[in-house]
Amino acid sequence: MNANAPLVALRQVSKSYRRGSQLIRVLENITLDIAEGAFLALMGPSGSGKSTLLNLIAGLDQADEGSILVGGVDITALSETELARWRASNVGFIFQFYNLIPVLTAFENVELPLLLSGLSKRQRREHVATALSLVRLEDRLDHYPRQLSGGQQQRVAIARALVTDPAILVADEPTGDLDRTSAEEVLALMERFNSAIGKTIIMVTHDPRAGKRAHSIEYLDKGVLSDAPQDTLS
Amino acid sequence: MLLKILYRNAFRHKLRTALTVFGVLVAILAFSLLRTVIDAWYAGVEASSSTRLITRNSISLIFSLPLSYREKIRQADGVTGVSYGNWFGGYYIEPKNFFANFALESKSYLDLYPEYVFQGQEKAAFLRDRKGAVAGRKLAERFGWKVGDTITLKGTIFPGDWPLVLRAIYRGKDKTVDETQLFFHWDYLNEVIRKTRPARADQVGFYILGVNHARDAARTAATVDALFRNSLAETLTETEKAFQLSFVSMSEVIITVIQLVSIVVIVIILAVVANTMAMSVRERLWEYAVFKTLGFSGGQIALLILGESLVITTLGGALGILLTFPVVNVFAQAVGQFFPTFNVDRMTIYLACVASVLVGVIAAIFPMRQAIRVHIAEGLRRVG
Repeated sequence: MNANAPLVALRQVSKSYRRGSQLIRVLENITLDIAEGAFLALMGPSGSGKSTLLNLIAGLDQADEGSILVGGVDITALSETELARWRASNVGFIFQFYNLIPVLTAFENVELPLLLSGLSKRQRREHVATALSLVRLEDRLDHYPRQLSGGQQQRVAIARALVTDPAILVADEPTGDLDRTSAEEVLALMERFNSAIGKTIIMVTHDPRAGKRAHSIEYLDKGVLSDAPQDTLS
Repeated sequence: MLLKILYRNAFRHKLRTALTVFGVLVAILAFSLLRTVIDAWYAGVEASSSTRLITRNSISLIFSLPLSYREKIRQADGVTGVSYGNWFGGYYIEPKNFFANFALESKSYLDLYPEYVFQGQEKAAFLRDRKGAVAGRKLAERFGWKVGDTITLKGTIFPGDWPLVLRAIYRGKDKTVDETQLFFHWDYLNEVIRKTRPARADQVGFYILGVNHARDAARTAATVDALFRNSLAETLTETEKAFQLSFVSMSEVIITVIQLVSIVVIVIILAVVANTMAMSVRERLWEYAVFKTLGFSGGQIALLILGESLVITTLGGALGILLTFPVVNVFAQAVGQFFPTFNVDRMTIYLACVASVLVGVIAAIFPMRQAIRVHIAEGLRRVG
């Protein structure tokens, strides 16, 4: 990969959904470069295609047209199995509703992605302990999600996203279900991971406070990238 | 870790899982019990020897054969021993105390049936006493009989009171041997009949023939029947197994119905488990979408669901099998007079195990398919 090449390069990406007989165009010829180490916020009104774009970049969905290169790999050309393998080692996910597995403890939830890594049990334990200490939850290892607050659950989710040391962190409304204090904590953590260890973060958000934390903002409206309105961050 | 997940998933809804496990338990218990009833029906067939033949009147079992056939049969090629007897059909004190009882030529009969095991000198004592009788262990236990007791049978085919002295109690060599029979000396029966109903004297209900090898059975049977062709009482000779089967075939419809019910029970529980698994997986589709997001393959997710289904069905199956033994014992005490041997066969246990696993696998097929096919973005949208 060229040292100056963007980490993520989208070229003429389009995506439609079929609802009954109707074809709904969600993304229209999106071309976008995201540099390594960027902290990008994707903003825009509801239904503008932000989450769809995030899903395409993270390999959770397939584009109808165009190409998506991540770290030099054209992920639109990968099969479903190859894409699953690629996701496991390249992308960390943070969701609005945390999406922790309820029957697993905080420790086990964070360990989950490592089961596919081929690491030994001892190595996995070390990685999980490190990830949970980064989000300051080393004292909550044995707690189940129902025993944690929303902010703590999101921190566990962040630890799970980080534990495989992925190239990109994608976050879909990471503060959408949190109170102000917890949201600030989560955003501060993400900012720290971006600045201190250079993680590339792509975040979908409606929250102007979250947008302000990002280094750059891309604004989507009706499936097309456009200039952000003046009041986007207010 | 995946094992831990499937185990915890299986017990996530404790009441639902407990009820499903209970359902599987009841189904496997019912299946095993019904199979045991069928086995009990065939117990006589299973216990029969392939080196013994039964000769009876070719018209029907209720018609007798002359005693004079004995010598001719004994001389037939392939015959190593001959015994004979009559179904006595008596009861003890009152008609509800019914059990199998025969008048037999005892010495030759016991030579042909080495599977009856006697203690000490009891066999010799029985053979010495003209009015002596032998009872099986279970029958003696049922009525509290002890060696030396006088047992008076009330005859139905041969009316009147028949006082007998219990001289021996036999045990079966193994569990398949019927221990609920009573037999006494055919000579005693014949002596009495000779005095009271002379026209019925010197007639036997059946002959029992011994042959050296099972492979000789068909040829010997044909030889014996040929001896009496065109006589007043033609014979039908068949293996003991075929003879027993002819009784079982009379109740074939009932057996078929029981077999069908045992299968239907399994099909019903299959539907119940499939419904439980479908509900569980539908509720957790978002979790499987998360697994997929993290890079888990469809096969790994399918294994989680299959494992969960198997935990439920094998647990229910194992409990059902464990409970089968005490329930069969209780059942055997209640219906012992109809089923001389009522034991859980090893094959029944194997079939119950296979049924538990099969139900687990089949019940998981549709939910596995659903989870494998879930689109990640769709699955995650269900959250919140």
